[in-house]
Amino acid sequence: MSYPENYRYAKSHEWLLLDGDTATVGITDYAQESLGDIVFVELPKVGQEIEAGATFGSVESVKAVSDLYSPVSGTVTAINEALNGAPETINTAANETWIIKLAVKNAPADGLLSAAEYEKFVAEETGH
Amino acid sequence: MMADKFVGTPKKATTHVNQNEDLIFEKSSAGKKAYRLAQLDVPAVDTASLLGNTMRTDGLGVMPELSEIEIIRHFTRLSTWNYAIDLGMYPLGSCTMKYNPRINEAVARIEGLAEAHPYQPESLSQGALGIMKLLSECLIEITGMDTITLQPAAGAQGEFTGILMVRAYHEAKGNARKKIIIPDSAHGTNPATAAMCGYEVANLKSNALGMVDLAELERMVDEDVAALMLTNPSTIGVFESDIHKIADILHAKGALLYMDGANMNALCGKTRPGDFGVDVMHLNLHKTFSTPHGGGGPGSGPVACKKILEPFLPTPVVKTNADGSLRLDYNRPQSVGRVRAWYGNFGMFIRALAYILANGPDGLRQTTEDAVLNANYLRARLDGTFDLPFKSPSLHEVVFSDRLQARNGVKTGDMGKRLIDYGFHAYTVSFPMVVHGAMMIEPTESESREELDLLVDALKQIAREAEENPEVVQTAPHTTRIQRLDETTAARKPVLRWKAPA
Repeated sequence: MSYPENYRYAKSHEWLLLDGDTATVGITDYAQESLGDIVFVELPKVGQEIEAGATFGSVESVKAVSDLYSPVSGTVTAINEALNGAPETINTAANETWIIKLAVKNAPADGLLSAAEYEKFVAEETGH
Repeated sequence: MMADKFVGTPKKATTHVNQNEDLIFEKSSAGKKAYRLAQLDVPAVDTASLLGNTMRTDGLGVMPELSEIEIIRHFTRLSTWNYAIDLGMYPLGSCTMKYNPRINEAVARIEGLAEAHPYQPESLSQGALGIMKLLSECLIEITGMDTITLQPAAGAQGEFTGILMVRAYHEAKGNARKKIIIPDSAHGTNPATAAMCGYEVANLKSNALGMVDLAELERMVDEDVAALMLTNPSTIGVFESDIHKIADILHAKGALLYMDGANMNALCGKTRPGDFGVDVMHLNLHKTFSTPHGGGGPGSGPVACKKILEPFLPTPVVKTNADGSLRLDYNRPQSVGRVRAWYGNFGMFIRALAYILANGPDGLRQTTEDAVLNANYLRARLDGTFDLPFKSPSLHEVVFSDRLQARNGVKTGDMGKRLIDYGFHAYTVSFPMVVHGAMMIEPTESESREELDLLVDALKQIAREAEENPEVVQTAPHTTRIQRLDETTAARKPVLRWKAPA
């Protein structure tokens, strides 16, 4: 599994890429691996306001449905509609497959992890 | 197509029609029927002119046309592919797949009950109303609550009804509040219920023992919290020994305690939710009270509550007239309304009452003790073979994990499927989600020691296979008509309806 250095990570297993005021959010390689084959992604609407830590959608796999939590507060500026037809791209390329883009309202809260910290966190959580 | 059905001369004809049953639509031939009507002895009516523009002839699809014996064989063959509690053990954790006693069925088939109509006058329904009243009294006594509705059709609808009542209670006080707290070990229906009732879900993390973390709960409960939905014993089969304190923390802030009664089979006759601070709860008659479960049971999910919630019960409720006769009371201005057509799944009331009366208080207490003993027997015999993530004392079910077998690439789902080859239904796979690779086993009191030993032998053998020949487990089941289904494609590209080939 790989966790890009330029991303930041939430303990709820989303990654966040910040570029100025634009945030891009996806789920981590660990998250897609744990979920298994993803069959559906529930997306928010463009224009929706989201608070950090609040759910903005869900991912459904053959095993489970998991909520998606936003690592940052902001307004949704784009949703990855390609996921409606091809949710499996998250399984094949979790790091490259974004789910939403946000116009960031304020700086992300403390508690987001670096790639190394996230890797350590996952190792502790799974006990491997 | 026909030419391919029998190939070569195998010893065991695996292509026997029994193993290749078509859909009933595919068996249809136009004009075939399973009935012959007598000559029409009244004037024929032109349906088209009678129905006018409400007449529908399009979009009806194809209705299968078969003879009677073809229909009988079709469904009888399908039934032989099923697994059932009447065939063997069904250790599906959290589901309480206990035996459905035949006495229940005998009573439910008494003509006056089986043929009763929900709209027959109250004067002719006194027996049926009496059954509802007596069952209500028994369940109130068992739960220690003040009052009850039998209306909800099953557990999830019971939850929905209970939380609607919680909402109505808070609304009557002027503030519906915003949140429902739900532990991370909860059944998935709990957060679904909260969301359906317009509440936000606040997730409560379990502590290292798999129990409610009191300090965390205390931190979360404020005047915005409407209720905590708690399963007790929890989904890992452990009794929340601090339940009194949990109730006190909630009540101090005006919030209510909802108990998911899915695991009541561990409490019945031993302790009462009403006595340990629960305000509202549902029961699953199809779990604890032995009515049929799954495959169209149907279920039944009565909701019992304390006096403070009584005005909000669904309408109607059974009341006693001055002369001792019974009636249905619809005059309930604060009620959450009707949640189910008629009065609930009445057939299940009869069966549950038959079970309660056949066992009596001591019998019910013993079923609880036996259910707990059976789960602990399995725990003692399988500890070491499988990883036991929580060491807290088990009640009616035990949760292992696949940690030891996963080292060889054998997962909980693989072992569940392999268990089918040994003649058992699978245990519950990958639930509760607080345990990675969960294997949740609930034997119920129905199983004898001999049957439990068979299950233990099968599971130990599977653990050995996971060490020595993982592939045989990873590709199981091997003895069923269909092996592994492509669940991913089924979910991504579902075919929901048969269409006639063009």
